[in-house]
Amino acid sequence: MFGWEFPPHIAGGLGTACHGLTKGLAKHDVDILFVMPSASGDEDQSAVKIVNASDVPFTQTWSDMQTFLNKVDFLKVSSNLVPYIDPQLYTEYAGSKMEKSEFEQFKVKYGSKYKFSGKYGANLMEEVASYAMVAATIASENTFDVIHAHDWLTYAAGIAAKRVSGKPLVIHVHATSFDRGSADNIDTRVYEIERMGMLAADKVITVSNLTRNIVINKYGIDPSKVITVHNAVDFNEFKQVDVQRGVDDKIVTFLGRITFQKGPEYFIEAAAKVLKRYPKARFVMAGNGDLMNRSIRRVAKLGIADRFHFTGFLRGADVKKMFAYSDVYVMPSVSEPFGISPLEAMKSNVPTIISKQSGVAEVLKYAIKVDFWDIDAMADAMYGLLAYPALSQMSMRCGMDEVNELKWENAALKIKDVYSMAIAGE
Amino acid sequence: MDKSLCFYFQVHQPDRLRLYRFFDIGNDSQYFDDFANRTILRRVADRCYLPMNAIILELINKYQGQFKVAYSISGVALEQFEKYAPEVLESFKRLADTKCVEFLAETYSHSLASLISAKEFKAQVKEHAAAIKKHFGVTPKAFRNIELIYSDEIGAAVADMGYNVMLTEGAKHILGWKSPNYVYTNAINPKLKLLLKNFNLSDDIAFRFSDRSNPNWPLTSEKYAQWLNEAGKNDEVINLFMDYETFGEHQRQSTGIFEFMRALPGSVLANTNFKFRTPSEVAQQHQPVAPLHVPFAISWADEERDTSAWIGNELQNEAFHKLYELEKAVMATKDASLISDFRKLQESDHFYYMCTKFFSDGAVHKYFNPYDTPYEAFINYMNALSDFKLRVEKSAVKSAGKAKKASK
Repeated sequence: MFGWEFPPHIAGGLGTACHGLTKGLAKHDVDILFVMPSASGDEDQSAVKIVNASDVPFTQTWSDMQTFLNKVDFLKVSSNLVPYIDPQLYTEYAGSKMEKSEFEQFKVKYGSKYKFSGKYGANLMEEVASYAMVAATIASENTFDVIHAHDWLTYAAGIAAKRVSGKPLVIHVHATSFDRGSADNIDTRVYEIERMGMLAADKVITVSNLTRNIVINKYGIDPSKVITVHNAVDFNEFKQVDVQRGVDDKIVTFLGRITFQKGPEYFIEAAAKVLKRYPKARFVMAGNGDLMNRSIRRVAKLGIADRFHFTGFLRGADVKKMFAYSDVYVMPSVSEPFGISPLEAMKSNVPTIISKQSGVAEVLKYAIKVDFWDIDAMADAMYGLLAYPALSQMSMRCGMDEVNELKWENAALKIKDVYSMAIAGE
Repeated sequence: MDKSLCFYFQVHQPDRLRLYRFFDIGNDSQYFDDFANRTILRRVADRCYLPMNAIILELINKYQGQFKVAYSISGVALEQFEKYAPEVLESFKRLADTKCVEFLAETYSHSLASLISAKEFKAQVKEHAAAIKKHFGVTPKAFRNIELIYSDEIGAAVADMGYNVMLTEGAKHILGWKSPNYVYTNAINPKLKLLLKNFNLSDDIAFRFSDRSNPNWPLTSEKYAQWLNEAGKNDEVINLFMDYETFGEHQRQSTGIFEFMRALPGSVLANTNFKFRTPSEVAQQHQPVAPLHVPFAISWADEERDTSAWIGNELQNEAFHKLYELEKAVMATKDASLISDFRKLQESDHFYYMCTKFFSDGAVHKYFNPYDTPYEAFINYMNALSDFKLRVEKSAVKSAGKAKKASK
């Protein structure tokens, strides 16, 4: 299995999902070799054996090298690829581009190890390419039945491993380029890699039907090999935190990156509507992102800044604290492949409103669902949960039941089936 | 007739807020970063207040009454001196004893109250006058609103409080063809005389002194005296108004600013027919030439010379109005600690940090600014203000409860 991150050192939800999923698979007697670019040694290895790609030298022989280069020719992308880049930065990178043939680069690296950062920095594409080379080495040195690669960063590694070993490849789509940019503004280079991975894969797993549709429609992938396996959530170590709430008012929370994808502006507009009817509420936008300043200006302009608070980016303990503070949780995402945070909110006994444009909406029956753009409906739902205790209590109870049903064990069983199909060539 | 040269220095340090987080609302009502405030005050005291006060005292003694200056020290700065640098307060007292120094009236909290609340404005001016009386034994007679903010109405309100001279900016868009180098009067109440800042000559010292790209660098006291002669050929008064922190802080000691100031009175007295006078003396000495119409508030800040450095963008407007909405409720509580925090939250600096005009006047706005962006300044301020509002509401509920019991 190829991943990019694994708890405890994670930047997003991908590492958490990998952790839960591998634990679930272990219960179904699947042995997993988990390869990641930069392991720090304190990962939970109860369910998997971690392979740190930074420790693996390039050991292909010269002739192999040539054929390997042919095999990985899809990686002819210069290293100026960064997942979230603005035009100015791009010019800087383009200016400093190294004009060295790939073969020479490989020659330099032969026998050496590549020190991966495992982060999402400026050298990302170089890391992705080197990761694929190490993947080939690892594939030739280990025995296994199926290859499983998580998100575009590891697709290249998956393909390389498949070409070296001939084993079937399963690609797991947690997010697509269309979830990162708007529909007409996506990174085409990432798109190409994603598409290449999906085409090369024997099976494609998507985290929701929403994502499955994107994979089929926007990437042109054969529907018969795309299977949805909804994420689950692991709350074994989940503890409610007790907090000293400083305010008596009820609190409505938005928690996530403040970017176009997450729909912060709809939350703000709905908040302004609710405050007109229910002035004793407070709204919190926790997180940061490129729309943060615009959001602050909008809140000031609406004249609700004494009831609408920004916390900035929150870390581990503070996230739990924030949930414990909340009376309503809202995820107004414009596009969300899955969305784990509403589940955390529900586990913390917080009534939850989610947008219909999120993958998690497919598995939650009792959460209140609205279209992200329908701020009237969103305001209605917020008001209802604030003003009518019966509604919020039911939402809490049903939410808790529902979230307890979402187990990685069940998701893992479906994934195991996908493995069997891939191996059988069905 | 003698011409007048009038130096006035603004002395102010704000109470900067600490990083006040959302989770603190309702739990912790300590808003201010005492450590940063103390550290900065100590630094400025060592670089500016103490050495510059020593120079001014030396000059006053040397020229035996011919060299005079005026100060306006905000009440919050006085408080900080008492707490963190009593020797600065002592050195100001020694200056006061020479009788060659005039202390001006202003709002105690360095607030923008004059723009929104006549009541608060008056109360704070009274509070400040009492503080000056307490420390320096004099009652201020001339008025200077913070940052030279002025309009016809503010002027009339100041005249009503019994002041007969006020300082403001010689803003081009107000003066037009008129010269700032005369005494004017308020358009509503002609009893109030106006002294206008000559911003060219003031900024030559305050902003351009160490600018090596300026063709006139280096500036010497002889050269400056010559400029004064040229500028004052037909005019009567030149008002040089600036931040006191210019000396040693904005213009470092290494620029030679202290030597310049040490030499300036000698050059002026020897080569020009200017006499150093304090604002009150200038108003007595010179006849006003005309009323000055200022329908909208002006100030000495930025290129616009208006109040947009503090109130202008939506962040500042929101914070400003949410703060003054509380005025009645705060005053009704009669709670000393609430009123004290209310006044500290009014300090204009909090709003200045939220200014988004970063490109044209960025350098000035960044100085002493604890925040990276105006947005952070706004969030932090609103969090603290939210807590403050909760306290006001709780106090109001309590006193209402008491009133009920009493009536029973």
